Amino acid sequence: MINLPILPILLPLVAAVLLMFLSKSVKAQRIVSVIASAATVLAAAVVLLKVKADGIQTIDMGSWPAPFGITLVSDMLSILLVLTASIITLCVVLYSFGSIGSGREAFYYYPIVQFLLVGVNGSFTTGDIFNLFVFFEIMLMSSYVLIVIGGTKVQLRESIKYVLVNVISSAIFVIAVGFLYSVTGSLNMAHISTRISEISAEPIITVLAILFLIVFGLKGGIFPLYFWLPGSYAAPPAPILALFGALLTKVGVYAILRTYTLFFYHDQPFTHDILALLALLTMVAGSIGALAYKDVKQILIYNIIIAVGVLLFGIAVMTEESIAGTIFYLVHDMIIKAGLFLLGGIMIYITGTSDLNKMGGLIRQYPALGWTFLIASFALVGIPPLSGFTGKLLIVRAGFETGEYVGAIVVLLSSLAVLYSVVNLFMDVFWKKPEIPLPETKKQTASLFIPAAVLVILSVLYGVGTEVVYPYVMQAVDTLIHPEIYIDAVLKE
Amino acid sequence: MEILMCIVAGLLFAAAVYLMLSKSLLRIIIGTGLLSHGTHLMLLTMGGLKAGAVPVLGEHAATYTDPIPQALILTAIVISFGVTAVFLVIAYRAYQELGTDNMEQMRGMDTDD
Repeated sequence: MINLPILPILLPLVAAVLLMFLSKSVKAQRIVSVIASAATVLAAAVVLLKVKADGIQTIDMGSWPAPFGITLVSDMLSILLVLTASIITLCVVLYSFGSIGSGREAFYYYPIVQFLLVGVNGSFTTGDIFNLFVFFEIMLMSSYVLIVIGGTKVQLRESIKYVLVNVISSAIFVIAVGFLYSVTGSLNMAHISTRISEISAEPIITVLAILFLIVFGLKGGIFPLYFWLPGSYAAPPAPILALFGALLTKVGVYAILRTYTLFFYHDQPFTHDILALLALLTMVAGSIGALAYKDVKQILIYNIIIAVGVLLFGIAVMTEESIAGTIFYLVHDMIIKAGLFLLGGIMIYITGTSDLNKMGGLIRQYPALGWTFLIASFALVGIPPLSGFTGKLLIVRAGFETGEYVGAIVVLLSSLAVLYSVVNLFMDVFWKKPEIPLPETKKQTASLFIPAAVLVILSVLYGVGTEVVYPYVMQAVDTLIHPEIYIDAVLKE
Repeated sequence: MEILMCIVAGLLFAAAVYLMLSKSLLRIIIGTGLLSHGTHLMLLTMGGLKAGAVPVLGEHAATYTDPIPQALILTAIVISFGVTAVFLVIAYRAYQELGTDNMEQMRGMDTDD
């Protein structure tokens, strides 16, 4: 079936529209959202196998040939990320049943989650730069609602800042697209790429590269532009935070990866040096934050920033090996961040606080939770059999091979900061003697624990089964390193 | 003509940045309005401002103006319209709940809630 790649966008969209009519019945909403999310995962898996077998899948919407209409492009990178995003959404929806609360459930929580997935899957799949902006806005609008839903004081205060920052970055995105249109006269990403390679020496292209870096850096939380992230992400409850932490910043990273491999690879000494420098500072800033706080949410949030720095460094090095490492690490980081935030949410639910000083001694009553969290922490750091290892290994090795010694060493040191921060978290929450003894009655957490544990198990399998994943990642790398493959698939020359 | 429009858009951006750096929430939202005006004007200018008929085929003209930037602007206008509506309502709710429209007083600590 030729229209297959649109299904991961269409299914959540239809589900979201349907769910808006079911707002009265929470039970019906739950059933429909689980079915829709599972169907999305299934559709993404089918497209993944199709891309593996037959190469890049493209659809010209409305049968208008490539540069004139909107083209959806599923290459291996997009579909891997779409599959990961869909799995995470399914787990978060299941987790939400026990945690989000009836007040939020009755006010369109599930439809908004589906709309968020529409925006994320669409951003990963689109082959048109203005369409990317529209899908970004779908994603951001859903995130505005998710960050403020419930209407507590913290959420209202932080949502104002979040909305303001994103309004500004969207405006810059539109300006950047306008400039790009006036330089190249096209909006189709493959077509833009051919046009840019015809005029590669123009300095305006470098200016545009930096403008796009500012836009996607604001979305992705890279060094001087991450200031909004810690405050805003701490406001909403755990399942929403897991969605944000796993998906939103990674869409920014994906957009940087796509534009810097497809458009802006002609002036690499300048643009990629800036990328490398910003990546270093991002890792340092994230590490400082992760080590400074005594708060479950803040420690995990600063770990997002560290991971963005590692990914950015992988993009900056720009060899086959480093891009492979970046893709490995990107998929790993989405899964494990969602898992960690969901586990962190359970800890906050049990103790009623996110302050490490007030927590302690949970291992006696909740051993499964404790050990799962420890495994997830080790996976985050990149201890060999687990999932974070391969990506970081490839990135560091590529860094040493191209002479980026400082960057590679900072990646390694940032892993130490990650290790210290999460193990410190584990020791404080599970091991230390609590100030106020825990109540004897155990809280029921099975319905929350299972979806979180599924993500952690998935991440362990991803680490152990690297050999299985490897050919998929290498196919994605091939398209990124050789943009001709992408261009030929879209423009069908 | 393009140069004049670029200067006007630049003035709009300058005013928007000035307003968004102020303390009052309403001034910030007016700033975002000006910012989106500036962007849309910029988008129109970047498409080129050559003389030509309106892009309607019934005109039977020799040349038409570029229809793509107009479609892009129309999309961007409704999106920024939706975002502004959401932003205004959030600001109104925040004013009701927090009792202030001063961004300086909206810092707060997590313990306030």
